[in-house]
Amino acid sequence: MSNDSYVTDDGRTIGPTVMEMKNITLRFGGVKAITDISFDIREGEIRAIIGPNGAGKSSMLNVISGFYVPQEGEVWYKGAKRPPMKPYQVAGQGIARTFQNIALFEGMTVLDNVMTGRLRQMKANLFEQAIWKGKAEREEVENREKVERIIDFLEIQAIRKTPVGRLPYGLKKRVELARALAAEPSILLLDEPMAGMNVEEKEDMSRFILDMNDEFGTTIALIEHDMGVVMDLSDRVVVMDYGKKIGDGTPSEVRNNQDVIDAYLGVAHD
Amino acid sequence: MAQSSQATGGLASIPALLQRNAAQFADKDAYREKEFGIWQTWTWAMTEKEIEALALGLINLGVKEGDFVAIIGRNRPSFYWSMVAAQSVGAVPVPVYNDSAAEEMEYILGHCGAKYAIVEDQEQVDKIIEIQDKLHQFEHMVYVDPRGLRKYDHRQLHEFGNIQAQGRAAHDELIGELKSRREKLDYDSTCVMLYTSGTTGKPKGVVLSNRNVIESAKNSSDFDSLTGDEEILSYLPMAWVGDFIFSVGQAYWCGFCVNCPESAETMMTDLREIGPTYYFAPPRIFETSLTSVMIRMEDSGDLKYALFHHFMDFAKTTGEKYGMPKRSLAKPDMKRRVKNAFRYAMGIGFAMETLLENGIRMAFAKLRHGSKAREHFKAKDPILLNLYRGNLRDYFKYRMGNVLVYGPLKDTLGFGRVRVGYTAGEAIGPEIFEFYRSLGINLKQLYGQTEATVFITAQPDGEVRADTVGVPSPDVEIKIADNGEIFYRSPGTFVEYYNNPESTASTKDAEGWVATGDAGFFEEDSGHLRIIDRAKDVGKMADGSMFAPKYVENKLKFYPDILEAVLFGNGKDRCVAFINIDLTAVGNWAERNNIAYASYQELAGHPKVLDSIQGHVEAVNRSVADDPMLAGCQIHRFLVLHKELDADDGEMTRTRKVRRVIVADKFKDLVDGLYDGSASVSTNTEVTYEDGRKGSISATLELRDAQVAPTASKIAAE
Repeated sequence: MSNDSYVTDDGRTIGPTVMEMKNITLRFGGVKAITDISFDIREGEIRAIIGPNGAGKSSMLNVISGFYVPQEGEVWYKGAKRPPMKPYQVAGQGIARTFQNIALFEGMTVLDNVMTGRLRQMKANLFEQAIWKGKAEREEVENREKVERIIDFLEIQAIRKTPVGRLPYGLKKRVELARALAAEPSILLLDEPMAGMNVEEKEDMSRFILDMNDEFGTTIALIEHDMGVVMDLSDRVVVMDYGKKIGDGTPSEVRNNQDVIDAYLGVAHD
Repeated sequence: MAQSSQATGGLASIPALLQRNAAQFADKDAYREKEFGIWQTWTWAMTEKEIEALALGLINLGVKEGDFVAIIGRNRPSFYWSMVAAQSVGAVPVPVYNDSAAEEMEYILGHCGAKYAIVEDQEQVDKIIEIQDKLHQFEHMVYVDPRGLRKYDHRQLHEFGNIQAQGRAAHDELIGELKSRREKLDYDSTCVMLYTSGTTGKPKGVVLSNRNVIESAKNSSDFDSLTGDEEILSYLPMAWVGDFIFSVGQAYWCGFCVNCPESAETMMTDLREIGPTYYFAPPRIFETSLTSVMIRMEDSGDLKYALFHHFMDFAKTTGEKYGMPKRSLAKPDMKRRVKNAFRYAMGIGFAMETLLENGIRMAFAKLRHGSKAREHFKAKDPILLNLYRGNLRDYFKYRMGNVLVYGPLKDTLGFGRVRVGYTAGEAIGPEIFEFYRSLGINLKQLYGQTEATVFITAQPDGEVRADTVGVPSPDVEIKIADNGEIFYRSPGTFVEYYNNPESTASTKDAEGWVATGDAGFFEEDSGHLRIIDRAKDVGKMADGSMFAPKYVENKLKFYPDILEAVLFGNGKDRCVAFINIDLTAVGNWAERNNIAYASYQELAGHPKVLDSIQGHVEAVNRSVADDPMLAGCQIHRFLVLHKELDADDGEMTRTRKVRRVIVADKFKDLVDGLYDGSASVSTNTEVTYEDGRKGSISATLELRDAQVAPTASKIAAE
């Protein structure tokens, strides 16, 4: 846990720790998915979690988003210990996420999908929604404005009214990102944002991630397989293998870590 | 030359017109831009304030009179304001194509010695930073969209909004300076400098004076009786003279509203939302729209399909007569509205009946023929229509078609309100032209160039044909030289090529006649000008007959599945051609015929595609053979290229005109193959990606022989 801020080489300010995982252990029956992992996420940084398949990365992200409750260990968020919570309560605290397998409403338009990201900010009740005039309308206009800024930001104006089901994969990923961003999260969790994309789409997505971090100051935690992308994007990297943390540090530190090299290049296990 | 005509009422510059508009049309909309999903609007009064703030900010930044200010971005109000603000402070705006590569920008910015640039976003800023070391004179850059630029070194970089804010803050000290600079502008001071696309060699900077721009705008607005109520959508490159005349010249002269799309991809949606009354597009846009309509009709229901074809066939002969918008105001008055409503109501009755009768017949056709109903079913007119005879019958039928087909189609295309539409830049296919005109869209052709401030000839209403470019525009004189080259002089004739007296002298003579470089002739009976080809491209075949490549290429390009064609044969005994297929049209055709393909290259090399292209080539040969003067230009052999010709590879200009010499040079092995009779050629071609990286593609192309039609003279000899 650190309280000091520092400025990176490219001029971004990284603030104090905003989230800390302390000795997390997660078991499914007899299977240990995560064993005694601790790491922190600092405000404004891009934090990557990498590791081979089955290393427990997605489980880790699910612990952060409240979907799994670890058997041991504590999650500290904004200086306070977080009690076991439901995912929607976690979302209410300002943690938004995207999914590895896109989870959008296929029949709804892009605009409507992104608007669902604002649902937590809409306070009008069923009755007020039915009356429409007044509070509900005012809220809709306010939220639509925020959503339009995000649509502009992610350059998806041309598909605003297109049903999501008709979009290609790369664009769906972008829409999902837009929805997560619409919640104005303080921490954004991205589960393999670049899986299955071609080089150009990856470049676009990387640019959006950097711009998001830069424009909105969003803290980003991401899981990614593409090592090139991870090394370029992130400030610090956690490396997992078989549910254990085997490395933590800046991309260059991690790259030279013998355990990490072994995990990726393969070494005989006994 | 008509140098004597003086500025009307002291309106000698665009900033002066702005002052007039702000006073006269204060609350009328001047600019709209779709941002954040909503059309944001600026009235003329607001526009004047924005431009004034920017102009003051530019003075504050150190812009001097006579400085060049490069403007690089897509069509947005900010950039139109930038041009007028630059003019207001006595500087010269130089719009640059925003998709130019960094080297192209380096040439232009270096050539005019621009000290300032107003650019759109990070992409453009990066390009300028890349070339900045080579531009010694360059001082400051202003950007509109701050995204991703926060961390950049801001000593020479400024945000558009900040410049305006600084201008507003310094209002009291600098307003006197701005006023005196603005008053110094006269009819002969430079209004704008535009770089020609340069089909050959480096781009040249065409200097246009206020006289050129304002006189041209005035004459052309009168010609088409444009008013302040027009709506236009500005989506063509800002660096192109046409956009400058329509979106600045005519917009300021008439005081009409300029609408800017949200992004390049949303253009079609925005077009539909705005519904412009005055529209301008190169033939390519009309071709693309038509292709997409036809493809969508193929996918539509059987009844819809039958009705569409029934009414489109009918409109071919009657559209000109019943469909054309009457010469009314852009905003219809009450009388017109009532009349329109009446005409529409008349159509609805018959339309219901048509739908009912054809719907029932279609149902029976489906019972009898099942899924083959489409081939057996032809739509018919309703029985009640037979009550009328002759013209009245046609009139009612057209109104009915308007309710069922023409109206909805025009609305979908965004042409619902178009009163005057122009196409220029290239020849348009007669069928495409006829299609739009028969819908009741007043689409016309004009012939112009940057050096003439656009207008040389244009088609007056009622004298519109696909194969001519119209009569000389007001105040334009035209003469045809002995070799067929067209010369003109007009109030719009450019001042000079910047820093290039030799080119100026070789293009414009002492009396002000300008060589267009195009060959053409006047039709005797109609007085319309017809263009044959670029004068320098017109050559001689080995046997001395005329070689006019564009004439043949255009005939090929009129087929929807041919995107581009390049003809070779100057000085040879026979002609050969390269052909580019249109991926949309051919891809759709392939889908329908169960032809699998993985790439453009594979589709382009497919034997069935080659067969169909061969059919087109032979049809073109037959039609070329009809013209004794050009019969030698028939295509003996051809190939379908394995890549699309592209501006990034230097094969085309940014305005998408083929650079013939470069193509001939780059694909020399293919041309040789076509002439030496080999059946196939393997080749390797370098391609440049949009970000400047290079790659290469290799392919083995099949070369085909096309059947040549006997010419009229040969038949006579036999």
